Order: sequence, then structure tokens, then C-alpha cells
Amino acid sequence: MSSAATVHSLWMTAADAPKRIPAPHIEYGQLSPVLIVLGAAVLGILVDAFLPRRLRHPAQLMVALVGLAAAFAAVVALAAGGYATDKAHPAAMGAVAVDGPALFLQGTVLLVALVAAFTFGERRLDPAAHGRPVDSFAAQPAAVPGGEAERAAVKAGWTTTEVFPLMLFAVAGMLVFPAANDLLTLFVALEVFSLPLYVLCALARRQRLLSQEAAVKYFLLGAFASAILLFGIALLYGYAGTVTYSGIADVVNGTVRTVDPVLAQTMGNDALLLIGGAMVLMGLLFKVGAVPFHMWTPDVYQGAPTPVTGFMAAATKVAAFGALLRLLYVVLPGMRWDWRPVMWGVAIVTMLFGAVVAVTQTDVKRLLAYSSVAHAGFILTGVVATRPEGISSVMFYLAAYSFVTLGAFAVVTLVRDAGGEATQLSKWAGLGRRSPLVAAVFAVFLLAFAGIPLTSGFAGKFAVFKAAAQGGAVPLVIVGVVSSAIAAFFYIRVIVLMFFNAPEEGGPSVAVPSLLTSTAIGVGVVVTVVLGVAPQYFLNLAGQAGVFVR
Amino acid sequence: MSFPLLTATAAIPAVGAVATAAMPAARRSAAKWLALAFALATLGLAAAQLVRFDPGSGRAFQLTESHAWIADFGVRYQLGVDGIAVALIGLTAVLVPFVILAGWHDADVLEGAEPNRRWRPTQGFFALILLVEAMVVMAFEATDVFLFYLFFEAMLVPMYFLIGGFGDRAGQRPEQEAADRRSHAAVKFLLYNLAGGLIMLAAVIGLYAVTAGQLGHGTFSLTEIVQARAAGRLQLATTTERALFLGFFFAFAVKAPLWPLHTWLPGAMGESTAPVAVLITAVVDKVGTFAMLRFCLQLFPAASKWATPVIVVLALVSILYGALLAVAQRDIKRLIAYASISHFGFIILGVFAMTTQGQSGATLYMVNHGISTAALMLIAGFLISRRGSRLIADYGGVQKVAPVLAGTFLVAGLATLSLPGLAPFVSEFLVLVGTFSRYPVAGGIATLGIVLAALYVLVLYQRTMTGPLKEPVRAMPDLRVRELAVVAPLIALLLFLGVYPKPLTRIVNPAVEHTMSQVSRTDPRPDVPLTDAEVAK
Repeated sequence: MSSAATVHSLWMTAADAPKRIPAPHIEYGQLSPVLIVLGAAVLGILVDAFLPRRLRHPAQLMVALVGLAAAFAAVVALAAGGYATDKAHPAAMGAVAVDGPALFLQGTVLLVALVAAFTFGERRLDPAAHGRPVDSFAAQPAAVPGGEAERAAVKAGWTTTEVFPLMLFAVAGMLVFPAANDLLTLFVALEVFSLPLYVLCALARRQRLLSQEAAVKYFLLGAFASAILLFGIALLYGYAGTVTYSGIADVVNGTVRTVDPVLAQTMGNDALLLIGGAMVLMGLLFKVGAVPFHMWTPDVYQGAPTPVTGFMAAATKVAAFGALLRLLYVVLPGMRWDWRPVMWGVAIVTMLFGAVVAVTQTDVKRLLAYSSVAHAGFILTGVVATRPEGISSVMFYLAAYSFVTLGAFAVVTLVRDAGGEATQLSKWAGLGRRSPLVAAVFAVFLLAFAGIPLTSGFAGKFAVFKAAAQGGAVPLVIVGVVSSAIAAFFYIRVIVLMFFNAPEEGGPSVAVPSLLTSTAIGVGVVVTVVLGVAPQYFLNLAGQAGVFVR
Repeated sequence: MSFPLLTATAAIPAVGAVATAAMPAARRSAAKWLALAFALATLGLAAAQLVRFDPGSGRAFQLTESHAWIADFGVRYQLGVDGIAVALIGLTAVLVPFVILAGWHDADVLEGAEPNRRWRPTQGFFALILLVEAMVVMAFEATDVFLFYLFFEAMLVPMYFLIGGFGDRAGQRPEQEAADRRSHAAVKFLLYNLAGGLIMLAAVIGLYAVTAGQLGHGTFSLTEIVQARAAGRLQLATTTERALFLGFFFAFAVKAPLWPLHTWLPGAMGESTAPVAVLITAVVDKVGTFAMLRFCLQLFPAASKWATPVIVVLALVSILYGALLAVAQRDIKRLIAYASISHFGFIILGVFAMTTQGQSGATLYMVNHGISTAALMLIAGFLISRRGSRLIADYGGVQKVAPVLAGTFLVAGLATLSLPGLAPFVSEFLVLVGTFSRYPVAGGIATLGIVLAALYVLVLYQRTMTGPLKEPVRAMPDLRVRELAVVAPLIALLLFLGVYPKPLTRIVNPAVEHTMSQVSRTDPRPDVPLTDAEVAK
């Protein structure tokens, strides 16, 4: 029975349901990474409900770390079992793909989340409130900022340990997002990871109004993007009569086997396909933070609690680019000549805009936000290569970039003054004199962002530019190189500020973190250097994993 | 497997950098000696290269090492040296110990009163110098374009910290203003070179795309590409070759530096300490001119020939413009910087004259300019550290109180103006002869540079060393033992290579001839124009 017929005779299907709908066949083993994370998230909620307050923090941290590690182990086991290569197939009735890109990106998201969980759990940086250690999250997020309830909550030493289950739910959505093999799963995954992120953004302990404003902005714009995406899905469904990726691809390519009369009517309607495809792309480009859908990034990156910013900046990008790749390479390859010029334009504007606007920033978190916009542009040059190298280079770039980002934001949490984190760039003057080690580590991350050789940033940039050049996108490479030069200017400016300017009186001091944040930063540095000096193993991994299943 | 001599030559200073940086805060003087020991060990390895290198072997690259590295990018860890590289590695290894010795106290002013575990400028200064040495040696040795590019770019980072972090504190300006100018100079240095490097990156990627498209696998191996081109398996379209050539040349012209991309050099040399200025002009910049010879000419011979007229003109402009601005300088270090720009013009002129004499002259010039500028700059640094001013007008009559300083300064200055009997003369003469045989007009114009050189060197000497003794100079001490240990060997080298350049030409010439054959250029026959009647016969 053709899928189109199913769609257009829902009443009939419903009438004789017992005979016609087969019991769904779910490969639980192959979905285990997602299931483990969801299970850990549910367990985390139970922990918050039943454990006494003082035990919650260690228990939550443990649940999150063990859950993420177990899920990562499951991904590795699946990849070792050949699901990344010859056994790759669409699982769960075709709703989720288990293939190389999915497993590679899931592994990346899980590692990123694992490291981010360390920064979430940090309780040494903020001065203890009434004798109890506190983290970077609000004492009671529901309390009015500056109000009586908040003071009481702070006095009672409460902390928001719910951040861990929220993060785990977001991770579960991010695991499904790049693996989604039909448009509805894509949308559900998008919402599953977006909603917890909106909440997480609102939870900063310091500067709560800024944080809440960021969350509202993110939520409103995100809701718009979701709506546009959903509308696009509806149009594509109207065009192809199906929401599965392979089904739409068949209709686009004209290789569909049986064409019933209804489908024959709609599939001639290119307007549905073009507008629908464009709207779905818009939704994804919003999550990626590409110009002109980047407006939320600076405000949200600045307002959100810094550990959340780091997690979001790294993991969302991985998941969203994964979904974008799958959409462009699996669903719309037949439309290449239509979307390539548009994506070229988006990539060029994104690179130049991000780099140029970042030059004028005076806040380190906003600077990193615009830098992430520029990097989205660099990654897009690999996406539009439409070659196998394009997939693997983008995946490598994502892995490299996300650890640099995590590390950089983790360093930002360390530089503090009386008002919490000192994110004003002018306050960072002379940091290299006061704490050379922290400044040197941040310099390493900045050099990696700038793409200086022997750092992971260079290897990633080289990989995507190479793929783009081979795919015939030489103008993109030239624009990319020019924007890299502009971007280098503001990264270098921060280094100048830290090392060559005299420290100001009463400037911020560097808090000594616990083992948690130190580990996160250490991992960031090690990955940055290893991927820069010996990237071959990881390039191989990405190369082997670079084939989408249909 | 034989001992990996080339890797070791680059690894020893790198190890030394780590070891020096790891020295505890209280062991400042031990850190200095450690750095010097590693620099001397590197010199030993460079000498071993010279011994093991066989100029007559006929092979393009010797002492080669080759290992798989990043297969996905077609990158191999591939090292090898020709005569030009051996000579320049030798220059680097010779100069760095003197740089360390001359900069013995340069970081002291930054030290706090108490040894501080976190703030160890002395250790940092010497570690950075060794790190630059390691990266420069690596760039000279790499025969894989990508590997070269990595170190060509990466060496900017330690260099940047050396310029910005350890500037010249001899200025009479307020400390804050000096710091601002210093970091401005460092940023300008970095941005110019980074921009050049990134444009080269586009060309490097383009080279990969071309080789991957035509050979079936992307490669950066210089030998493989040259062979494939010779065998006709790799053919570059004319516009592609020109675009790639320009991408590479731009980066090297920024580094060298060639007019009009030179504006970062005077600031960087003026604001940094004398030893760091030597590192910039005598060592790091040589990578640019070296890479023109090795990569531009060998990878893109046709495009090199196409671009030659323009580059010759730019080189002439560099020679005259640098010299004229040197004449006009009031600041000793900036004067030497502009003089260097003029000399780099000569080197590039020699490279692109495409004659054997021109190119061996250019290679010798790289070595000799390194030694003579190092001597001049380091002595100038000693002078400046005594008086605390870089302005020429603040000096006068120094030779009465510090005759040795003045005498050695004169010798180094005379070397800079290419007095016969001192090393640079040989190379400048060869460059001019080589240029003249192909571009007589250019050769003629370039000789004006020599006249101007005499002007700026002698006026500098006259104003600072002779004349009535100025009051603040009256108590100026002469060169100390450490300073003499820096100056004397350099002067001796200048004299030796000026009288007997054969050891150098012997190793350089085969490499130059090889490069010339790659470009398929032969020397023009030295003949007189024939009259019509003679032609008819």
C-alpha cells in the first residue's frame, strides 16, 4: 500500500484499525542512547521529589554523569556493532535513522553534555550564601527577582537542582534531532530540546532580570521559528503526501513507484515544495544561528547562566547542523540547484556579518556569541559542498568547535568581581599579569577560534574550506578567509587586553574552581590541542561515519 | 632507520622552550643558562647537518624524513633540506645563542621584587625565543606545503608575545604610552602576517583541490607535485596557476617584507628589544624570501615568470624607498628597520632576476644580511641600553668614551653598506651582476641603493659616534665581556665570509641551479650586441 493512500483514507484506516495497523516494531537496543538519557532524566525528577535537599546536588550530578556516560557507551557499542556503516538503517518504523552521521553527532552531543554537566555542578565559584555552597543557578527561579521570596530562598540556601534533569531532557531531544528521519520526529525533537533550554536560560543566580529577559526573547523567537518550521512541514506534506524523508525525496526526484491521482495533482505544484522547503530550512537556520536568523544569539548568550550558554552554544549547534545536513543531503538533494544559491548567500552573509559585528563588542559573552555566528557561517561553507567530504568535514568541525566553546565559556565563569562574573571586556585588562595560567588557557581557545595552525580550529576550518573548494565553492572559501582575517582581529584584541594592558585597580579576580570546572577546561584544552596536532584519527572517524542512510 | 637529524634540530629548541618555561621562579639565572645550552645544542645539530649534507650529490633534498600524518588532508610529515635550507638553518642556529646572550637582562625589568610562582617573565622570554627558533627551523625543513604553512603561521604567536610583552623600555616616553605603542606594533605585526597567511591558506586549499582533482589524491608534497608537473600528469590552467602563485607570494611578500606591505616592520622592530628585533629581521623574515625561492618558483614556474616584471619593479621601489626613509630616520632602530627593507628589496630582486648569480647572491644575501644586521642591531641595542634613548640626536662623540663599541659599530655599519672585504659585499655584487645580465636597467637603478646605504650608515655613525662629546654620554661604559662575546664572533664571521665565501657558495650553488632548472630558466649568454653585419655572417 502506498503511503499516499494511507494519508488520504484516514477514515477508512480508522474504521478497520485492528486488521490494518501492525504493531510497531521498535529496535530498543538501537535507540538505547536516547532511552538511557530519558531514563536518567526521569530518575533525576524522582531524585528531586524524594531525596532530602542536601543530598540532591550530589545525587543529581551523579545521575546525570552516569546517564550521559552510559548513553555514550551505548553509542560506542552501536558504532562498534557496525550500525554506523553496513548495518545502518532507519529504525523505529522509519522514524529515526541509525547511521554514521547520527551516531557520530550523538556521541559528540553526549560528550559535550558530559563536560557541560561538570560546569553545571560547580559550586566553588559563587561565594557561599549563608554558609552553604551555591552554584550559578537561581535559588528559587519562580521568586520575583529582588523580592521577599527570593531573599528567603537564598537565606534557606536553596539551589535549583532541577537543572540536571532539564539538561538531560534537552540532550535527549538533541540526540533525536540529527537522527530524525521524518519531519514530525524532527519537530518533536526540536521542541523536546528547545523547551528545557528556554527554562535553563532563565535560571541565572546573578542578574536575574537579564536572564529572564533572555529566556523570554529566546522563547518568543524560538516559538516563531518552530511555527515556521511546522508550517513548512505542513506544506511539504501537502506536496509529497508523506512526512518521511525518503518518501519526500522520492517524490522530489520523481522516483516514486505508484502515483495515485491525489499525489499526481500535488507533486506538480513546485510552490508547495519550494516554500515548504524554505520554511523548514529557516527553522533549522534559526537554531544554527545563521544570519538573518541570528538575532537571538547575543542576548541569549549574554543573559543565560554561563554554564548553560556554553552547553547551548556547543550542543545546539551540533544537533541543528546534523539535522540541517540530513535534510539537505537526504530530503532535498534533488533540489540542489534551488537551495545552493540561497545557502551560498546565507553562508557569505553569516560569515561576514558575524565577524564584522563581533569587532565592536565590549562584552566577552556577546563577543563569543557573534563569533559563534561567524563560525556558523564557516560550517555552512562545508554544508553547501554537497559532497561526502562536506558531511565529514562539518562533523569534524562541530566536534572541534564545541569543545573550544565549552572551554571558553568555562573560563568566563572563573573571572569574577563583586557582582558575579565580570564579562565586561575592559575588566579583563591585565588578566595575564594576575593569573597567567587562566589567561593562557583562554588565549589557547581564542587562537583556536581564530584558526591558528596547530589548534583544532585550524584543522576544522581547513577541512570545511577544502570540502567547499572541492565542491566548486571557491568564492565561499575566499569570503571565509577574509572573514577569518577580520575575526582574528577581535580574538587578538582580547589577547592584547589580557597580556599587554596593565591591570586595573579593583579589577576582577580569578576564582579558584573545584575539580569539576578544572576538568571541563582541561578537557577543552586537551581536545583543542590533540585535534589540532593529530586530527587524523578523528577525521577518519568522521569520514567513515559520513554516509546518510535513506 | 637513521637518526632523524632534521626532526632533532627542530625538536631540541622546542624541548628547550618547555624546559625553560618550566623553571621555577627563583631560578632565573639557571633558566637563562638552560636556554643558552639548548640554543648551543641546536647549533651543534645544525653543524651536524652541514657535515652530513653533500652538495655534490645531485639530489634535490637530503637527510629526508617522511611519515604519514593527516591522510585526509593529503598531508605528510615530510622534511628535507637543500643547500639553501642548510645555509639558513645554520644562520638561525648561529644567531639564536647571540640573541639569547644579548638579551640576557632584557626581561629583568619585568620581574617583581619577589620571585612569583605565577609571573615568570624571564623564563617566558627565553622560552619564546627558543620556540620561535624551533618553528623557523621546521619551516626551513618542511618539504610538504601544508607542514610549512603550519609553522609559517604558528611562529607568529610566540613572535607576537615577544614583541608585545617584552618591548623596548629605553624610550623616554611615559610607561603607559610605551606599552600602548608596543601592543599596537605587536597587533599590527600579527594582523599583517595573519592576513597574508590566510590568503595563502586559500591558495593552499586551492592547490589541494587541483591535485585531488587531477592526481586522484590530494597532496602537498613539494617533490611529488614538481614531479607530476614535469611528467605532465598535473597541469594547471594559466589563470589557476597565477591565482595560486599570487596567494602564496602575497604571504611571503608580507613576511619578507616587500614594499608596499612593509609598514609593520619599522614599528615591530622599533618597539621590541634589540634581540627580538634581530629575531624578526634576521631570522623570521628570512622564511619569507626563502619560501619565494622554494615554493613560489618551484610550484608555479610559469606564473613566476609572468609576475617577474612587476615584482622586479616592487623590489626596486623597496630598495630605494627603504634607503631613502632610512636616511630620514631620527630613531636608530627604525633606521636599521628601513635599511632592512632596502636589503630585502635586493634579496627579492636577486630571486626574481632568474639568473644563477642573482639567486645565489640572494641566498648569500639572506645569510650575510642576517649576520650584519644582527651585529648592527645588537650593538645599537647595547648603545641604547646605556643612554636610555633611541634618538640619534641624543648621542655624540661616543667613540671617545667607548672606543670598542664605536669601532665594532662602524664595522657592522660598513658591512651593512656592503664594503668590499665584508660578507654582504659578495652577495650584493652577485645580485647586481645577476640582475644586470637580464635586466640592465633594473640593475642600474638598484646600484643607487648602495649609494644611499653609504649615506645613512655613515651619517648615523658620524652623528652618534664622532663630534663633540654630549654630556649624558660622558660616563658611558664600553662593551662588557658578555657584550663582547656577542659582538666579536659576529664581526669575525663578517670578515671571514667577506674574504672567503666559498664554504657558503659551495653548498648554495647546486641548490640554486636545481631551482633554476625547475623554472626552466637558463642564464642569458654574456655577449655584446651584434651588429647587423655580424648577424648576416
